[in-house]
Amino acid sequence: MNDRLRRYRNLTMMGIFTIATLIALVPLFGVLGYVVKNGFSALNFEFFINLPKAMGLSGGGMANAIVGTLIMVAIATLIGIPIGILTAIYLTEYDRTSWFSIGVRFATDVLTGIPSIIVGIVIYTAVVLKMGHFSALAGGLSLAIIMIPLIIRSTEEMLKLVSHSIREAGYALGISKRVIILRIILPTAAKGIITGAMLAVARVSGETAPLLFTALGNQYWAHSLNEPIAALPVQIYQYATSPYKEWHQQAWAGSLVLILMVIVLNLIARLAFRSRSN
Amino acid sequence: MGQSLIVRHLEAWYGSNKTLKGINMQIAPNQVTAIIGPSGCGKSTFVRCINRMHETLPGTKVKGEIILDGESIYDQDPVALRKTVGMVFQKANPFPSMSIYENVVAGLRLNGMKSKQKLQASAEKSLRMAALWDEVKDRLNYSGMSLSGGQQQRLCIARALAVEPSVLLMDEPASALDPIATTHIEELIRQLKENYTILIVTHNMQQAARIADSTAFFLSGELVEHGPTSEIFTNPNDKRTEDYITGRFG
Repeated sequence: MNDRLRRYRNLTMMGIFTIATLIALVPLFGVLGYVVKNGFSALNFEFFINLPKAMGLSGGGMANAIVGTLIMVAIATLIGIPIGILTAIYLTEYDRTSWFSIGVRFATDVLTGIPSIIVGIVIYTAVVLKMGHFSALAGGLSLAIIMIPLIIRSTEEMLKLVSHSIREAGYALGISKRVIILRIILPTAAKGIITGAMLAVARVSGETAPLLFTALGNQYWAHSLNEPIAALPVQIYQYATSPYKEWHQQAWAGSLVLILMVIVLNLIARLAFRSRSN
Repeated sequence: MGQSLIVRHLEAWYGSNKTLKGINMQIAPNQVTAIIGPSGCGKSTFVRCINRMHETLPGTKVKGEIILDGESIYDQDPVALRKTVGMVFQKANPFPSMSIYENVVAGLRLNGMKSKQKLQASAEKSLRMAALWDEVKDRLNYSGMSLSGGQQQRLCIARALAVEPSVLLMDEPASALDPIATTHIEELIRQLKENYTILIVTHNMQQAARIADSTAFFLSGELVEHGPTSEIFTNPNDKRTEDYITGRFG
């Protein structure tokens, strides 16, 4: 009797877990499937090389938005990755326990959880209003601010995984701390650090809210980093909320491109990590 | 050649916990000195003071004097000192990102030696001394992690030897190894003392009896007795040494 009761309970619990998993899958594949279904038909070679057409006209593409997103993500990466990785090295290798580093860690955690629109407002006030115009630089900067805490945290975790005995082995050979960090610890953690950085890049490439206040968007090519520039997420937002059916189609195609970019970055990051564990 | 060590009133702390309570000891060159004693008696801390590794941990403190070949080690730069006083750890710790070859020459290469010829010569010499050359000579580019536990430990010994120290500290180098690998390492230690002064921490008293010329017994942060191994094991001066060796405590 007890035995049967145990088996019955076991089955019930397993059933609950399975159902929860299936429910979780519905929105996941729902979103992906919906975007692919609607976006695929509007996606063609023109979409990648043409500028947007005037309101209501069919055809045209989002070349400027794709390039704009790549430029701003590149700016964010150039600022965010060095600052993030160097900060993480400071926190793990030079100062793990002081009040200062505890404060930095706390601030990093808070910043990770802050809604990105707030970063946008801050950059809008501090940079856009001061400079007098929207720009790719302001957009890239706001993405960098979102990226830095993500990279600090992921890099820190990876550096902590490098066993203390590896550091001691370096010391015992008469190698200086600087060289131990650069030539022993970083290479050991490299793949994990790169994975974390790529996931952070993927995460910011889909950000919309901070770009509305900083990059603004642009129907044409931007000719310098100092003027408003188009970005995929912003363009999608503007097109999807317009009354034109053709623009809705374009918004779906843009969404599909954005999702593909994120998936590709994710895949690269995961493949890099897998080759490490083998 | 090996160098002699004189330790005078050495005290060491972890935070407020005093782990060494005034050690006085002379260590002869080109001999194997075994450090025995129960867990927590300070024997690891003692050897970690000799290459100034103890002070790399936060909250630690050292007092007293250690004279290496006539010069106080606390007057030397710790990074430079560690090229003269090498160390092998309890758990084999090859650098995971490096090949077997890169591991052996890490101490030379990362300190600026560029000549490929010299590096290769040193790698072969060190691997031969560590009795590992024949097993790895055809796969020097494989990861150091691809080796077995005993091979990894000999790789770490080769890596320590490549820097050409004169003193070699070994902190329970065979405690994680099977009997065959242990025999390899003990054989190796016997050969190495021709060129090095060797200090070995061990929990295994048979091991101390097999390989050490002199043996020191530590208890609760104090050096109870230090003398020729045969005397320590057959005719100890101190009752506590006798109790420990005969297994009455510890």
